Amino acid sequence: MSAKKGLHLTLKIWRQKNNKSKGQFETYKISDVSTDSSFLEMLDILNENLINEGKEPIAFDHDCREGICGMCSLYINGRAHGPDTGITTCQLHMRMFKDGETIVIEPWRSAAFPVIKDLMVDRSAFDRVMAAGGFVSVNTSGNTLDANAIPVPKEDADRAMDAAACIGCGACVATCKNGSAMLFVGAKVSQFALLPQGRVEAKRRVLNMVKAMDEEGFGNCSNTGACEIECPKGISLENIARMNREYMAALVDQG
Amino acid sequence: MSKLDSRIPAGPLKDKWKNHKDHMNLVAPNNRDKIDIIVVGTGLAGGSAAATLAEQGYNVKAFCYQDSPRRAHSIAAQGGINAAKNYQGDGDSTYRLFYDTIKGGDYRAREANVYRLAEVSANIIDQCVAQGVPFGRDYGGQLDNRSFGGVQVKRTFYAKGQTGQQLLLGAYSAMSRQIGKGRIKMYNRHEMMDLVIVDGKARGIIARNLVTGEVERHSAHAVVIASGGYGNVYFLSTNAMGSNVSAAWKIHKKGAYFANPCYVQIHPTCIPVHGTQQSKLTLMSESLRNSGRIWVPKKIEDSVAIREGKLRPENIKEEDRDYYLERRYPAFGNLVPRDVASRAAKERCDAGFGIENNDTKEGVYLDFSTEIMKKGKEAAIEKHIHNPTDQQIYDLGKQWVEEKYGNLFVMYEKITADDPYKTPMKIYPAVHYTMGGVWVDYNLQSTIPGCFVIGEANFSDHGANRLGASALMQGLADGYFVLPYTIADYLSADIRTGAIPTGTSSFDEAEKGIKDKIDFFLNNKGTHSVDHFHKKLGHIMWNKVGMGRTPEGLREAIKEIEEVRNDFWKNVKVPGEREGMNTELEKAFRVADFLELGQLMAIDALHRNESCGGHFREDHSTPDGEAERDDVNYKYVGAWEYQGNDINAEVLHKEELIYDNIEVKTRSYK
Ligand SMILES: Cc1cc2nc3c(=O)[nH]c(=O)nc-3n(C[C@H](O)[C@H](O)[C@H](O)COP(=O)(O)OP(=O)(O)OC[C@H]3O[C@@H](n4cnc5c(N)ncnc54)[C@H](O)[C@@H]3O)c2cc1C
Ligand code: SF4
Ligand code: FES
Repeated sequence: MSAKKGLHLTLKIWRQKNNKSKGQFETYKISDVSTDSSFLEMLDILNENLINEGKEPIAFDHDCREGICGMCSLYINGRAHGPDTGITTCQLHMRMFKDGETIVIEPWRSAAFPVIKDLMVDRSAFDRVMAAGGFVSVNTSGNTLDANAIPVPKEDADRAMDAAACIGCGACVATCKNGSAMLFVGAKVSQFALLPQGRVEAKRRVLNMVKAMDEEGFGNCSNTGACEIECPKGISLENIARMNREYMAALVDQG
Repeated sequence: MSKLDSRIPAGPLKDKWKNHKDHMNLVAPNNRDKIDIIVVGTGLAGGSAAATLAEQGYNVKAFCYQDSPRRAHSIAAQGGINAAKNYQGDGDSTYRLFYDTIKGGDYRAREANVYRLAEVSANIIDQCVAQGVPFGRDYGGQLDNRSFGGVQVKRTFYAKGQTGQQLLLGAYSAMSRQIGKGRIKMYNRHEMMDLVIVDGKARGIIARNLVTGEVERHSAHAVVIASGGYGNVYFLSTNAMGSNVSAAWKIHKKGAYFANPCYVQIHPTCIPVHGTQQSKLTLMSESLRNSGRIWVPKKIEDSVAIREGKLRPENIKEEDRDYYLERRYPAFGNLVPRDVASRAAKERCDAGFGIENNDTKEGVYLDFSTEIMKKGKEAAIEKHIHNPTDQQIYDLGKQWVEEKYGNLFVMYEKITADDPYKTPMKIYPAVHYTMGGVWVDYNLQSTIPGCFVIGEANFSDHGANRLGASALMQGLADGYFVLPYTIADYLSADIRTGAIPTGTSSFDEAEKGIKDKIDFFLNNKGTHSVDHFHKKLGHIMWNKVGMGRTPEGLREAIKEIEEVRNDFWKNVKVPGEREGMNTELEKAFRVADFLELGQLMAIDALHRNESCGGHFREDHSTPDGEAERDDVNYKYVGAWEYQGNDINAEVLHKEELIYDNIEVKTRSYK
């Protein structure tokens, strides 16, 4: 759109060839960025410029660009997913920035998320925690009860949905000074704990998921609440509390 | 000669699937672990298939290009999933869902497949609920439903505006359970680069580890392609950035026919393009059409004033608004099928009534003000508020809308910086879903033995068009309930075969082909980035193979795409190295395939001298602008056979569509 003004920006971006090499910040200039563009579109333009100059573009993760797949990451000016709240990086728009601003862009930094290249990190630890118990053990044969045979109070279904809305982006881990994954794991544990379908193996689930979480090298929760503030999906700290209750009950039960 | 044997079982429609299942060969449980299956793609189709096959006892290797199966494009689906449950008691049935889907598909889908889809649809909901998918419920604890475009019953199940996400997380959790048990070996950040055929059968793939750059060989007794749709051929679409046609196109080049490539669905409610820096388009769920009214100004000077920023839509009086869908289609109004709604928007914008201040002046309003006031009044009565003020009514109505669609409204505001509660949303059609895909028979097997194709990647169930909430249904039906049976019939011959070796010449050749291409890309001293060519292709596709198609335009498109393709192979520049992560190299492979597919789409659109569903040929329309189908000459599936580098030489095979159980009628939503 012609009428809107273009931004001129200085970008300080973390470059790192792979997880074995050392990284460093590089500085880039970019001009004429439309305020209607998204943050990732701004990086696209930068990459296009870099390619045209015969340089290697910056590697970053992204896919849906609608705030739902959880693939994009980025620490922008010291905040996970950037300066706006309740959104992912792909939903961040350039109108949040001022002309002439310097923007610092880093990958998620956490022991459990090793850097793959530049701004891209490996979040497969989340998958392994899920494989340890993030499911209801039901066969996929379709020989199940009629769906309405399991009534679920609307409030429970809604709260389960709120917990289930986690997109597995890892902002909670990245932003936590302890690198804790409790918000992510708590969300999944809560979703199933709130539904009758998930109750049957609730104890096994929470014990296994917490064990896997610890083994992956995620830190402990010290209730600073940074995760909740940076979570793009508004996953609430209540879920951590619920997980802790479930966990304690399961431990007691285990004897 | 044509290999198109659809293998539709004999017998009455409603018994076909059951009879077929009763008579197919099986693989006994103790033999299943002697069999390896590769599943490419972990969206709803691939994820559900991988989980089910692993649970049945096969060794499954699953691949996806993202860092986790949970990120497959299916995650983005907003609105809902259909199922013939008739929970609302409004007359729904398997037959009605079947009928609506066939009609919605403009009578270009296979009767037997669609019936099977309707039949298993109810199971899908049961399955997902059992997995803990938190569908919307009513206060009695029962599942809630809403209605979607093109139908007159409430059969759509939803999980807020995140239905695809929750269904995918359900499939992903079922997969996770099998991964934990070691039954699925998951290959994240791996891209299938080619299919390997041994003695005429699909026996493996060549994959590239996107993190290390290594080219790997993987063998199996059968290969399942579940790689999603090809909407990104247009560059701008609602698809995820990585969505691609490569897996499907690679098997096409190895002998699988590609069916109905020109059938693309243009979704009516997307946020309009903002400018040249745009990378992708965002959908606003179709469910919004349940509550929003679509309009443009009646007077062209009002549209001009709005575009120039001199007039606000709120200030245009009711009688000066043209609710063109309600005007043209009184029976369905704002709920007409997508192709109809999209074309009607284009028609108004072409006539100069568009309201968006972008290069193309394209955009119409989706307005919630009527609904806000209506729901506000209802809520006031319920709350016993006598003589409520307008503000009270508005606030109550807003609350209702917020509860129902809140997340979508937030999303819209983040992107456009406009508050849709106050100002109507701006929307415009965008490329969304591809009905065409790899041709498969009733067993979901392609023309390559042992190569199966499911979900959006195949052509099978949607005809020339698709009604909302039916793609999710098809993906899960294929993956949970159809493929696991039909693949057993094929695999029953393989229980004594033993593991497939990867050291054979077929693997050597396929691997060399890929390595040579990598060398070519990295050493080509080109001048332009991959995106440069992709955007050029997209531009031609949208303008000439988009919402309205003419023979002249299509002929030009065929030539122009070929030129872009030649230019690409001469002048593309791919920086970086073969080792390690190289996202530009990934894109280069994908765009190379889009360039070939794009040409075939135009060829297919040119040969089909009729309008149907998403394929609208301006030279085949009625005087009032409605699509004109030609059932006498075109009631068939067009399946193309690859002939080598020259896409123009592809050979067309026809599968006649036979409708024994319904009467083929003119589709009318008047
Ligand atoms: C914004 C949006 C909203 C939608 N809303 C609805 C809705 O409300 N209701 C509805 O019914 N439908 C909806 N749809 C359509 C529906 O989401 C899709 O048709 C469906 O999810 C496709 O599922 P799939 O499993 O076939 O493919 P996908 O989910 O696209 O999965 C493709 C998989 O293949 C993998 N892959 C692709 N290529 C390769 C390769 N070469 N190598 C390895 N892996 C590969 C990917 O990694 C991914 O795992 C919507 C679509 C969009 C874009
Ligand atoms: S809890 Fe929030 S921040 Fe953490 S992974 Fe989930 S969505 Fe991301
Ligand atoms: S790219 Fe999918 S959430 Fe940002």
